[in-house]
Amino acid sequence: MEWEAVIGLEIHAQLATKSKIFSGASTAFGAEPNTQACAVDLALPGTLPVFNEEALRMAVKFGLAVDAEIGRKSVFDRKNYFYPDLPKGYQTSQLFHPIVGVGHIDITLEDGTEKRIGVTRAHLEEDAGKSVHDEFPGMSGIDLNRAGTPLLEIVSEPDMRSAEEAVAYVRKIHSIVTSLGICDGNMAEGSFRCDCNVSVRLKGEEEFGTRTETKNINSFRFIEKAITGEIERQIDLLEDGGRVVQETRLYDADKDETRSMRSKEEANDYRYFPCPDLLPIVIDDTYIDAVRGSLPELPDARKARFIEEYKLSDYDAMVLSGDRTLAEYFETVAKASKDAKLAANWVMGELSKMLNQNDTIIADSPVSAEQLGGLLERIKDNTISGKIAKQVFEVMWKEGGSADEIIEAKGLKQVTDSGAIEKIVDDVIANSSAQVEQYINAEPDKRGKMIGFFMGQVMKASQGKANPGQVQGVLKKKLDALC
Amino acid sequence: MSLDRSDVDKIAHLARLQIEEQDTPEYAQNLSNILDLVDQMQAVDTSDVLPMAHPLDAVQRLRSDEVTEANNREALQAVAPQVEKGLFQVPKVIE
Repeated sequence: MEWEAVIGLEIHAQLATKSKIFSGASTAFGAEPNTQACAVDLALPGTLPVFNEEALRMAVKFGLAVDAEIGRKSVFDRKNYFYPDLPKGYQTSQLFHPIVGVGHIDITLEDGTEKRIGVTRAHLEEDAGKSVHDEFPGMSGIDLNRAGTPLLEIVSEPDMRSAEEAVAYVRKIHSIVTSLGICDGNMAEGSFRCDCNVSVRLKGEEEFGTRTETKNINSFRFIEKAITGEIERQIDLLEDGGRVVQETRLYDADKDETRSMRSKEEANDYRYFPCPDLLPIVIDDTYIDAVRGSLPELPDARKARFIEEYKLSDYDAMVLSGDRTLAEYFETVAKASKDAKLAANWVMGELSKMLNQNDTIIADSPVSAEQLGGLLERIKDNTISGKIAKQVFEVMWKEGGSADEIIEAKGLKQVTDSGAIEKIVDDVIANSSAQVEQYINAEPDKRGKMIGFFMGQVMKASQGKANPGQVQGVLKKKLDALC
Repeated sequence: MSLDRSDVDKIAHLARLQIEEQDTPEYAQNLSNILDLVDQMQAVDTSDVLPMAHPLDAVQRLRSDEVTEANNREALQAVAPQVEKGLFQVPKVIE
């Protein structure tokens, strides 16, 4: 039996407004509990929501970026349910007339194939607060700082057929919202969250299988793992004669598995109805055209430009253009070093490695693009070798400072003085009589390889600072003179 | 359309309303009467009428994206039954 997975995703992107969607409280992350929750966010009696114009503009930007229909008249609805982190007893959302209608994006898979994924809709809503369950015996603590933070919920069509496609879709949406500057994309802080709807069916079958929803997965890697695991779980279940239960599941990153979150899934009954506290949002073509005119460069356009302008490979261009901060970082390094390929290699290589090792993101990189650009310039002009540059980079990462300062302070400047190089070469030859003997006795065409030993010794003696090209030439000249 | 006791119990549960058992039949009757009225209205042909999102013929005014509310936690939490470490305390809600 051949199975096929069907995946649809709901992404919640926190919009990067300064204030909340319906109140003037700050949305900044990490404040003391309840210091950014005003009377409106707390749903105190008599308070009324007033809609944030920036949240509207950001939603429209997204709609235009995914080529969607924009709701000329969108309406807020109340989604009713009770939970302590939702003080009003309903979430203000949009069900019947969302701000963004049907659109689509194109994803590129690793083997280069492209696929179009439908975006069903995107609507505005408010985030809930946060509950702290473990700190107080018998009680839960409620922090309402996040309550009322604007969210754009982006719903996909069930168009994806593998975990790889799903991750490519999430990355693309992430790339679009960060490029638009409407979301900071910080998954660890919950600014960009993903719920995965997964079902399986026999290949060729028309109807969908029963789906499960795995909630709030907070990294690209976990999305891939959670979906892969959930597909396997469902297939195993069905092949053993069981059936999939429609339920909400949680991904446990430590165990790398999903588990059931709600034991008794009551059919949701949110009793949506139009919110009487908010009037319909009406926008016209003039407004939409103005927003369209303000759109920044989008990932697809940027990728094409990177290939054209910097002669990057398709893959490099895709990686570097995907994230706006990364793209800007790369461009600064490329301009400073005047070598785009070298800049691409370092940003995707050493820098990414260090970011991963230190579990940090490019926006928080201790090495700025200017610093890295300065370092690469010194590779270009032969002040240091690529190998020494890695040492300088590590110092830069840990202690700061410009490449020139570090090279100077640590005495790492490449030795290009031919007198100094000749002296080291002479010392090495004098101390390696056995190897010199072998070299002299070897067939001339084997000698090229044997030079490697002497190279190593000279580089070691110079602590890696001798210019390798020069060393090679001097060694060959001096050794061949002995033959 | 008529509602029975179990419908009333479900609605009460969803709205987190505690109702006395002896009152249930009366609620069922009253709510059924309202639904009958709705049924009557459903009979009207509204195919040419656009759905109404709001009774007021006006559009939403927008607020500029500025932080206007300062921290007022102390005053706002003064009415809370229980507060600890700046968090509102509620009976434990996780399963």
